[in-house]
Amino acid sequence: MGRTLAEKVWDAHVVRAAEGEPDLVYIDLHLIHEVTSPQAFDGLRTAGRVVRRPDLTIATEDHNVPTTAGPIADPISRAQIEALRKNCAEFGIRLHPMGDANQGIVHVIGPQLGLTQPGMTVVCGDSHTSTHGAFGALAFGIGTSEVEHVLATQTLPLQRPKTMAVEVEGALPAGVTAKDLILGIITQIGTGGGQGYVIEYRGEAVRGLSMEGRMTVCNMSIEAGARAGLVAPDDATFAFLQGRPHAPQGADWDGAVANWRALVTDDDATFDKVVTIDASRLSPWVTWGTNPGQGAPLSGEVPDPASFADESDRTAAERALVYMDLRPGTHLRDIAVDTVFVGSCTNGRIEDLRTAAEVLRGRKVADNLRVLIVPGSVAVAEQAEAEGLHEIFLAAGADWRKAGCSMCLAMNADKLRPGERSASTSNRNFEGRQGPGGRTHLVSPAVAAATAVTGRLTAPADL
Amino acid sequence: MNPFTVVTGRAVPLRRSNVDTDQIIPAEFLKRISRTGFGDALFAAWRSDPNFVLNDQRYEGASVLVAGPDFGTGSSREHAVWALQDYGFRAVIAPRFGDIFRGNATKAGLLPVVLEPSVVLRLQDLAEQDPTVEVTVDLVEREVRAGDVAAGFDIADYTRWRLLEGLDDIGLTLRHSDAITSYEADRPRWLPLTA
Repeated sequence: MGRTLAEKVWDAHVVRAAEGEPDLVYIDLHLIHEVTSPQAFDGLRTAGRVVRRPDLTIATEDHNVPTTAGPIADPISRAQIEALRKNCAEFGIRLHPMGDANQGIVHVIGPQLGLTQPGMTVVCGDSHTSTHGAFGALAFGIGTSEVEHVLATQTLPLQRPKTMAVEVEGALPAGVTAKDLILGIITQIGTGGGQGYVIEYRGEAVRGLSMEGRMTVCNMSIEAGARAGLVAPDDATFAFLQGRPHAPQGADWDGAVANWRALVTDDDATFDKVVTIDASRLSPWVTWGTNPGQGAPLSGEVPDPASFADESDRTAAERALVYMDLRPGTHLRDIAVDTVFVGSCTNGRIEDLRTAAEVLRGRKVADNLRVLIVPGSVAVAEQAEAEGLHEIFLAAGADWRKAGCSMCLAMNADKLRPGERSASTSNRNFEGRQGPGGRTHLVSPAVAAATAVTGRLTAPADL
Repeated sequence: MNPFTVVTGRAVPLRRSNVDTDQIIPAEFLKRISRTGFGDALFAAWRSDPNFVLNDQRYEGASVLVAGPDFGTGSSREHAVWALQDYGFRAVIAPRFGDIFRGNATKAGLLPVVLEPSVVLRLQDLAEQDPTVEVTVDLVEREVRAGDVAAGFDIADYTRWRLLEGLDDIGLTLRHSDAITSYEADRPRWLPLTA
């Protein structure tokens, strides 16, 4: 019987399988950052263990780094960065620190360096590792105990996941982006819909996405509950990879591509679950609540909690509206924001910045609005500057910042103040995610930029 | 890791769904580089509300948390598990868990127990009506007992065995070092190296 893409990648990485035990799965690439690794290195030291494959491991500084010039002001953040530097030096791990040409958000630099390739297993102590699934890799977030496990053994004992197909039928309408697609998918299947599954995104609309767009979609798989999401590699994947520093070269390239072309779900394979999405019904999408499943078309209204059939959904909506200070029936387009954030591992890549710049070109940011444009990596920043995008942002009155996770999770100085409201291209609208008491509406880069112009949730077509 | 066999104690009813790991422990507390001391920051934002259930003295010393569906969604931060343990919880009962949280919990020795929504609501009712009611989470018998409730739960045999014995996962894997070495010898040559 045929196999799905996820099953093919899984099978190729089973080191050991035994009845009644989880499979022992080999990890091809382990990405590390400062927040979830220090306790893992401590564990190695305590047990007298070494890193088995430092040559399959790479580290960067992203969560805590300031996006303005100068050193880290917060001494606790600084200590965490220093711990990473010390650990990488002690265990022989390549690190791209602040100031390095390859520094950036861990999920931006992996693909950028060509380290993320089809058919690989990729892990990181970060739930948005699912981003790398855009290349047809099986990529998922792990906790610190598992980080330690991978450092020591380059493997993980894992239960084989179930498989889910998300079939996106038809093409995305004009003005609808990858972010709108994934927000729409999460609204449909819910934050728990993907629990226990690896999602494969399929269909015409997915094939039509750029690699950046596919990364945006796979990135938010975890927001639908799925630890991993992937897209079968194709010519767009190979074109993105060719010539990157760690992509195969010469004869190896041809051999690799030949292998990668087999990384598709067989016609006779079956998924444990199939979800169908009608792309033609999607439009610019925003969230109104405090989990990513609480979303709606921007053209719609804040829903009435009473309209939810499920009791826990109803209670969650009631709580969310109190926290978000919103009333049912309010037009989403009438919601005014204090801050616009463009960036993160979801939407901090060059295509996202081009989209935002296109909307902001020749326009001005609304009065009293804070607009942060934060590139996902130093390389993205350099590319944007080479294209003059930063000049468009600055002329519009936006802040052009340095690379990092920034206001996605407010571990650096970029935060919402209590009661402030943002339109954010990041991935989570949880209570306090962007700063204690802050209120987040998740949006695409296009909607973020249009919102920057009006100060209210706005699509470019409304300008 | 300490073995988990049977835990009996008071239970805190947390009647909320989608309790994400940002609520369990906000990002500002993730800057610490130790594994301990996170209990004070558990549900930090919600604890500023005097009416939040964890501020109810009657639940002091509780070892079981009974939460709504989709507990532990979001971020992979294992700090969420450490904070719950540091506060004194040994087990969390919910109808559904975020996948990464559930994995992290079993690695660190916090038992995630999946029960039917109706049973979870009944346990929350019991703990609200009488905060001194004792809930027993029995991993040996795979059963939760409290008042008139006796509900079996599923857990993978291997995970149960590891928790009962309190075994170090890495130590178990290192027994198969030869298999890892042999797998490595056959990896395709084009796969990237970072060094």
